[in-house]
Formats: sequence, structure tokens, C-alpha cells
Amino acid sequence: MTELIYPYAEDTHPPLDSPGYRSTGLRAPTRRPIVLPQRFTEITGPLLVGEIGPNDHDLTRQHDGEPQGQRITVSGRVLDSGGRPVPDTLVEVWQANAAGRYRHAGDTWPAPIDPNFSGGGRVVTNSLGEYSFTTVRPGAYPWGNHPNAWRPAHIHFSLFGRAFTQRLVTQMYFPDDPLFAYDPIYNSVPEGARERMVSRFDLDTTQPNWALSYRWDIVLRGREQTVFEQVDAGEPHDD
Amino acid sequence: MTEYPLTPSQTVGPYLSLGLTWPAGPDVVPPGTPDAIRISGVLFDGAGAVVPDGMIETWQADPDGRFAHPDDPRGAAEPGVPGFLGFGRSTTDAEGRWEIRTVRPGALPAGDGLTEAPHLDVSVFARGLLDRVVTRIYFSDEPANDTDPVLGDVPTERRETLVAQKDGDGDYRLDIHLQGPRETVFFQV
Repeated sequence: MTELIYPYAEDTHPPLDSPGYRSTGLRAPTRRPIVLPQRFTEITGPLLVGEIGPNDHDLTRQHDGEPQGQRITVSGRVLDSGGRPVPDTLVEVWQANAAGRYRHAGDTWPAPIDPNFSGGGRVVTNSLGEYSFTTVRPGAYPWGNHPNAWRPAHIHFSLFGRAFTQRLVTQMYFPDDPLFAYDPIYNSVPEGARERMVSRFDLDTTQPNWALSYRWDIVLRGREQTVFEQVDAGEPHDD
Repeated sequence: MTEYPLTPSQTVGPYLSLGLTWPAGPDVVPPGTPDAIRISGVLFDGAGAVVPDGMIETWQADPDGRFAHPDDPRGAAEPGVPGFLGFGRSTTDAEGRWEIRTVRPGALPAGDGLTEAPHLDVSVFARGLLDRVVTRIYFSDEPANDTDPVLGDVPTERRETLVAQKDGDGDYRLDIHLQGPRETVFFQV
């Protein structure tokens, strides 16, 4: 029997138990996960959900005035590990404002709220898997993980792909951030994979007299057609 | 084999509601759908405290056990229930409570003559989770659970962490424990 599967990837994702990131302490499951063979529910997934508003792709145009900060575009392709574009898939983003403050009741550090910036956006990839949105470059911000802890500037990304198995939530960073060395969330990812989360400045797609451009491709798990072999669930993958 | 290295996962952090919520998120079916059910529960951490900044997502077959998706080997099927999305999303509230409103999925052929009992696949996201964790929701009043191949792989004493209990007419309840003595069974997909 031929089956579609999305092979599990080693050495990519952070271990759930990452003590440097304190919040994992009481939230990361401690028992070894049980291998779930990929059947119909796992190889399918929501193809397009939610509704896209007219300014969801431009975080600088969601209010009457323009937000403060450095205007940027963030664009790239969503692919799978086989290099296939992932078209027509929802990409959701959220971020702090240029001063590093989230417009959220839980964020109370003394940096200014920007009345013209909400910080949430949504775009759908085109037929080539390309996405693009306009925003302002987010600021770094302090957090309570350890003394004088600061998060490197980042934009949160959420992706669906075309299968439940491909679901990914991650963060995009900016090149050469001096805070990388001190951030336990960035460093939770195995060495050698971290830089995949860092965007690239691109002068070619920078819009003259308007917006700097950052490029970032996102790679989801790839699919394989394989001859079906019964997975022995008694032998979990190494992770 | 892998040509393009995968993008790593990172936590959703505490402010996921800025980017991931929409009002109809918990509605897998439109309000007023006949035979709709409500599945709810509380998300707990390892100390037994509620998790007020998490998010649950669900994915499931329609009541006929079909998916509106071309990768279903049986072909994509228009859902028998008008407006059925298959997908639900609920952030947790200040009491750690999540809720989705849906219809009960059908059973699924699982190969080798096996049948998967009606279930929902679940992703749990939260600050402190560097990757989503995956679990399932089964239904307590479902005889097919006894022969479900996935439940069959779960040690007997932990199976109840995957089974929603009937909680009134059309309501089911399943709490999710990220850690601790009642830790929910999580899966690697």
C-alpha cells in the first residue's frame, strides 16, 4: 500500500525541556511522546481558515495614522523540505511595536504604546508559495526570565502548510542581533539550525524612498510517497 | 534526502492573541448547526495551575469520516454538514478554559482492516512550550474506542487522558494536563 507521510525531522526543533527558558519548567511535558502513525487525520489539514481583511497584509495601514518606526517589508517563500512551494496557505504574524511594546494587557513595561500600531497581520501565499507584508521593525524588549533579560527583535509567524503534520509556529529574527548570544529561546534550537530563523537584508527588493526589505524563506516538513510499513509504536523515534 | 533544511519551531509566547484569534475560531460548524456538540476543558500546568495564555487547535473528519482535502486517499469530499470547517481554535481564558463547538466526527479506516474511532487531533500552544504538543480527543460514549489502534498503543492507565467525558446534553469535557501525575498523553507525529 502506498502512503503519503511527512517524515519526522531530527536536529531541528528545540527540546521542550529547555531549562534556560524558565517557563518550560512547569509546562513542558515530561513523559516521552507516543509515536502517532500518520493516517488520514494527520496527512490532511485545514487548507485555508479565517478571513483576510483588506489591510491585514500591511500593519502600517491599520489605523488612521502611520505607526512610528522603520518601515520594512518582510517577504519570502513557504516551501516544504523537498523544495515544493506551499501555495494558498495562511501566514499569520504578530509583533511588538518599534519601541518593543506589545499592544496587549499583559505587556506593561515602560515603553510607549503606539496608537497607530496593533501588531497583527495575515497573508495568504500565492501560487508560488510567496508571501509579503509591510510593517515596522519591532524593537527588542525586556522580560523576566533572568536578570537583565532582553528578547532579540522578532516577528512571530504561524503556518499551516497543507497537513496537520506540517503545522509550525516560530519566530523570525533580524540579522546580526547582538542579543542572540543571551537569548534562551533563540538558543533552545540546536546549533546549526538557529540561523534558519534569521532573515536576510535585501537591497534588491528594498523599495526606494519607502521601505527596507528583509527576506525569509520558511521550510515546512516535506512529504514522501512510501510503501506503507506498519510503524512499531513501541519504538519511539529519538528526539 | 532533505534538500531544504526545516525552519525550527519557537514558542507562541504570551501575546499570541494579537495574531492568532478571530471571533469564530471556536466554531468548527456555524452556530445553530443541528447535532452540534461543545467540547471544553481546562489547560493545566505541572503545578496544577491553570494556563491562561494558551491556545488549543483541533482538526477532525466530518460526521461521515471524510475530509475536504485532496490528500485523503479516498478523495476530497464536500462536508455533509454545511459550513463544516474541520478546524477549531480556542485560546484559553483567565480560568484556563478552552472550548470548541463542532459535530462529532465519523470513524476512519486505518489500513490493515483497522478502524480509528471518532477523534480530533489537537495541537496545544503556550508560552513555555517551544514547540506545539499534540494530543487527541476521543469520546467516552464510543464503543469503537476499544479497538482503536492509537488508543491501543497507549498504556491502559493513561488512556483516560485522551477521552472526553459526557458533560450534559451535547457537551463533552476533557482537561489537558501539560505535566504532573495526570499528564495528558502527547504524541509525536
